Amino acid sequence: MAALLEIRELTVDFTSDEGPLRAVDGVTFDIHPGEIFGLVGESGCGKTVTALSILRLIPSPAGRFVSGRIVFQGRNLLELPIPEMRAIRGRSISMIFQEPMTALSPLHRVGWQLVEAIRLHQSVPRRQAWQRSAEWLRRVGLPDPERAMLAYPFQLSGGMRQRVMIAMAMLLDPALIIADEPTTAVDVTIQAQIFELMRAVRRPEAALLLITHDLGVVWEMCSRMAVMYAGEIVEIGAVPQVFSRPLHPYTEALLQAIPSLDAPQPRLRPVAGSPPSPRCFPPGCRFHDRCRYAFERCRREHPPLSAVQERQARCFLAEERAKTSHEKP
Amino acid sequence: MKFLLDVSHLKTWFPIRRGILARTAGFVRAVDGVSLQIQAGETVALVGESGCGKTTLARSLLRLDPVLSGEIYFEGQNILALTERRLREVRRRLQIVFQDPFAALNPRMSVADIVTEGLLEHGLIAAREKFDAARRLLSEVGLAPEAAERYPHEFSGGQRQRISIARALALRPRLLVCDEPVSALDVSVQAQILNLLVDLRERHGLAYLFISHDLRVVRHLAHRTAVMYLGRIVEEGTTSAVLERPRHPYTRALLSAVPRPGPKRERIVLSGEVPSPVSPPAGCRFRTRCPFATPACAEIEPALEVASGSDGVIPHRVACLRHREI
Repeated sequence: MAALLEIRELTVDFTSDEGPLRAVDGVTFDIHPGEIFGLVGESGCGKTVTALSILRLIPSPAGRFVSGRIVFQGRNLLELPIPEMRAIRGRSISMIFQEPMTALSPLHRVGWQLVEAIRLHQSVPRRQAWQRSAEWLRRVGLPDPERAMLAYPFQLSGGMRQRVMIAMAMLLDPALIIADEPTTAVDVTIQAQIFELMRAVRRPEAALLLITHDLGVVWEMCSRMAVMYAGEIVEIGAVPQVFSRPLHPYTEALLQAIPSLDAPQPRLRPVAGSPPSPRCFPPGCRFHDRCRYAFERCRREHPPLSAVQERQARCFLAEERAKTSHEKP
Repeated sequence: MKFLLDVSHLKTWFPIRRGILARTAGFVRAVDGVSLQIQAGETVALVGESGCGKTTLARSLLRLDPVLSGEIYFEGQNILALTERRLREVRRRLQIVFQDPFAALNPRMSVADIVTEGLLEHGLIAAREKFDAARRLLSEVGLAPEAAERYPHEFSGGQRQRISIARALALRPRLLVCDEPVSALDVSVQAQILNLLVDLRERHGLAYLFISHDLRVVRHLAHRTAVMYLGRIVEEGTTSAVLERPRHPYTRALLSAVPRPGPKRERIVLSGEVPSPVSPPAGCRFRTRCPFATPACAEIEPALEVASGSDGVIPHRVACLRHREI
């Protein structure tokens, strides 16, 4: 199947007070129509910068595309003129942010914002846009859509605001929806509602890129996943396979670090140390100093992202790990 | 039995003031009749979603929030009746670790000053002993002794949380209140801090009141668990009883909402949101979202009573009229 989105060797630098840093380094992956793809990693690994790059929302001049391509429906987004990029944003690719309070305008009523979003892309009479917006608010489960249309964002609860964001992201029937930690700011029972909703209202052909630090969420929502570490992708594969046999030791460590709900473990196995600074990555594998399996070569040589069966991993041991069964998380 | 901490019928309400005369127009009933006991060396988890009152309960223990009524006994002393001076003495042995390691540390103080501030304040060490004491505390929480001369901004979130814990430990407390101590941290770092808390508990016989919304973390750490909803405890018992055989519909919904690997489970998706603590629903407070609610639930306020089938020394209590049938 042809990919809907192809990211190839994406590299993004940022300048900071303490010198330049590489936020995203050679990221390559595909998203196919209709799939829910999970992008996982810890804070600072580059997952949000990858997402913002797709929409060309990297702040300039602090951030800079160094190299790479992002091909969406046959066009390289990084080379599109600004007006064409604007036509894609919100219309063909939409985004659900972590904190809806910062993504919605605090000065405008919810209804006005939804109507504007429609009329920015389509020449629809205001009245019709209003009805369509209200209809979407009903579909995302706002109890009184007509009243919510007249409310300001601050008058709604966190869960309700996130529903408004979802409605706004779905309004124009985009081909790709990017959700960056969409439920981090809400409680777990509300999170369950929101995921249920995102599954229910999504058109089957639309793809969803879900960015999260929570592997449980990936398990429940996604069919394929990529794991990021220190600006790079370290593993890509189908969710059940990655969970049952992680090829990269970092993925394995992440899975083992989560306490289990089913039975208490005597002791957790944390990943020692912390990720390297994006200002100066160590030579060799970027995970080697925290890795239980590291050997001499890992300290010298930077492993490429290589194909192992139907998966990909950035580890010299991946081939071997795919064959032998090792400890399950 | 003598408890280290014995809270009974605690109510902490915040007045809502309106108009130019700032008349009280109502109350936010953040904690609305909670009883809770902790023994020496025991870890009790307080679980619930935002706004359920768990943080207010923790702050009330240290008298950081205005208690309306009820009693709090710590080491046999009535906290609510103490003078400010006596309260300061008690706070040595009842310390708190906050959620946000970035907000909890003064950026202008060196790490040595931060962790020894309490010791100097209480006259437990002389000024010249400061660095020695700081190095000792830092190594206890797994930080290099050289950290003493540095400043908070030089540390990562996990390291800062270790500094917060070192500061809390300095005065050799018997009870450490931990308010979501790992929820701001990445999973790999979170596990480091959880292991540290387990080590310290074993080494010093510390008791924890562990406040969290993450049931996985609670499962790992707590001996007993209490579930709060809208200012009340709705279920309590040993952690294994509450999380393996939950009896309250809210606890069941919370558990089923935790995303986790494994076979597909039946999920109870609650409708609606938590009602306002200004005017909680009559009868059972959870009934507006409960899939099992009957008209009787609006009439009768369920008491926290020993659940049917509860065995063992520590009773499993639940506040639900229908817990026997559902």
